Amino acid sequence: MIKAAGQTSLHDKGQPIQITVISGKGGTGKTSIAGCFAALSAPSGDAVFADCDVDAANLALILRPTLKETHGFTASKKARIDPQRCTGCGECARACRSEAITGRDGSFAVDHLLCEGCGICSHVCPTGAVAMEDATSGRWFISDTPYGPLVHARLSPGEENSGKLVTVVRNKAKEIAESQGRNILIIDGPPGIGCPVIASLAGVSCALVVAEPTLSGIHDMERVLEVCRHFGVPATVCINRFDLHEQSSRDIEEFCDRNGIEVVGRIPFDRAVTEAMVRGLPVVECSDGEASKKIRRIWGRVLEIASGAGQPTAAR
Amino acid sequence: MILSIASGKGGTGKTTVATNLALTLSGSARVQLVDADVEEPNAHIFLKPAFMETEQVTVPVPEIDEDRCTRCGKCAKVCAFNAIAVIKDHVLVFPELCHGCGGCSLLCPERAVVERPRKIGVVEAGVSCGIEFVHGKLNPGEAFAPPVTRAVKKRVRQDGIVIVDAPPGTSCPAVEAVRGSDFCLLVTEPTPFGLSDLELAVEMLEKLGIPAAVIINRSDIGDEKVDRYCEEKGIPVVGRIPFDRKVAEAYARGLTAVLTFPEWREVYASLGDRVLNLARAARPSRAPAGDERR
Repeated sequence: MIKAAGQTSLHDKGQPIQITVISGKGGTGKTSIAGCFAALSAPSGDAVFADCDVDAANLALILRPTLKETHGFTASKKARIDPQRCTGCGECARACRSEAITGRDGSFAVDHLLCEGCGICSHVCPTGAVAMEDATSGRWFISDTPYGPLVHARLSPGEENSGKLVTVVRNKAKEIAESQGRNILIIDGPPGIGCPVIASLAGVSCALVVAEPTLSGIHDMERVLEVCRHFGVPATVCINRFDLHEQSSRDIEEFCDRNGIEVVGRIPFDRAVTEAMVRGLPVVECSDGEASKKIRRIWGRVLEIASGAGQPTAAR
Repeated sequence: MILSIASGKGGTGKTTVATNLALTLSGSARVQLVDADVEEPNAHIFLKPAFMETEQVTVPVPEIDEDRCTRCGKCAKVCAFNAIAVIKDHVLVFPELCHGCGGCSLLCPERAVVERPRKIGVVEAGVSCGIEFVHGKLNPGEAFAPPVTRAVKKRVRQDGIVIVDAPPGTSCPAVEAVRGSDFCLLVTEPTPFGLSDLELAVEMLEKLGIPAAVIINRSDIGDEKVDRYCEEKGIPVVGRIPFDRKVAEAYARGLTAVLTFPEWREVYASLGDRVLNLARAARPSRAPAGDERR
């Protein structure tokens, strides 16, 4: 049975409440919803925001940020072979399990996109021709927004997304929250179930899974809920664009009910969401339509659950 | 011909295009559909293949032979991922950090490190509607997708038409999926999020030296900036598909457009023709990766 949100309150004094918005499936509306949460938290001035989808970061596009700081990020080292010292023996290529080293005309070279930085090549090279060098694989940023501080990042395309940059973004956001006495950290998470998602989930007060009412969406939601359960992260679900297929929405509700997960809301399909995005705003800032109303209610409920103040209705 | 379908942004319609294209092309060619989104594979929902083979995917994880180990600590020193620690008299291994590089085992002076396989996922292969089908599934709770993606890619055929459905993003899972393809069709939506992620995807393909074309899905919801970007970059836009509620509902039920609505067969047939013509005409340019030339 998947733990219902609120059964353990992870909010220690002095620690911010952390809410991560994830989905499993891409394109369900995580960033649109996380951006609304940011706007809705603004009146209290009590929140910091982290865009942990470092692979394809979009939250900044609807929060009107002003960039304050830029930092380089080095995930790991990459091997570089000095052609002057290379004798072409090929020991490096034989030892490399990433198939990152190939030889031509008696000398060998490293493909940086394949190199994982393990360094075996540098150990087995008999002439010391291989050096392991720091490689900048992305950047992270701190920005001000009208709603509060935002930490975000850009992983260079093609780079390894092991979750390290996600962790940097989260830790920095938490640091800002603590230093500014802000009690809420809103995390826009990545799609999928791999390392970046796990790094976005570790130790959060509550995960909100944004579900798409389709067979694909349900399949992916179940997998990401399994990850939440695996890591002991309390999870809730909201159904986005629920009216596109009401049968699937009901199926999601039944699944959640059977597994003790609260469905905190259903948002109808509303073109105002895309119109707002095109204007660079969260939909709650410029529409009072159905989607906006529903998202407001969802925020209220998620905040209650994450702060341990509200008991989830699906608890057994 | 290996054609990958990628996007940058999630939810733009990669699997929709991949499955509909596979069904359309299978009428006149030998087609293999490779779902390389091993974190959240979806193509099987639409093609409903009869699976005939399952392969366990494992990664090698070190195990220390305590009798041979002299606690010299060389394994911990060479491990670039902090997956081994020697603390007092104990050698601790953290399998979830291990990248399977084999350095500890190779370099242990006492040959005290053996590698044991650890299961992280599966590859399943089968057939559907005359299409060969293969996908991978990373076990929920596991962190690293690429070893499963590589196991899936090993089954890519070298003849006929192969369509590789890639995951969202532009980092290693997506790179592993599109690597080696002759051409990439990028599926996008005409919104600020779609454009931002499309730019990243184009950058990824430029690094890999894979030529591309774009298809704009839900083309009537958004603005014209994606079109302008493609024009500036000289990337051909091979199709614009408006939002269609009945197709979206069919998709929600796990049904493909081409098998449910006959008028869509022509849409995907012309799309397929355009893409294959571009792919055959393209001369892939391979930029050197990093600072080294291959």
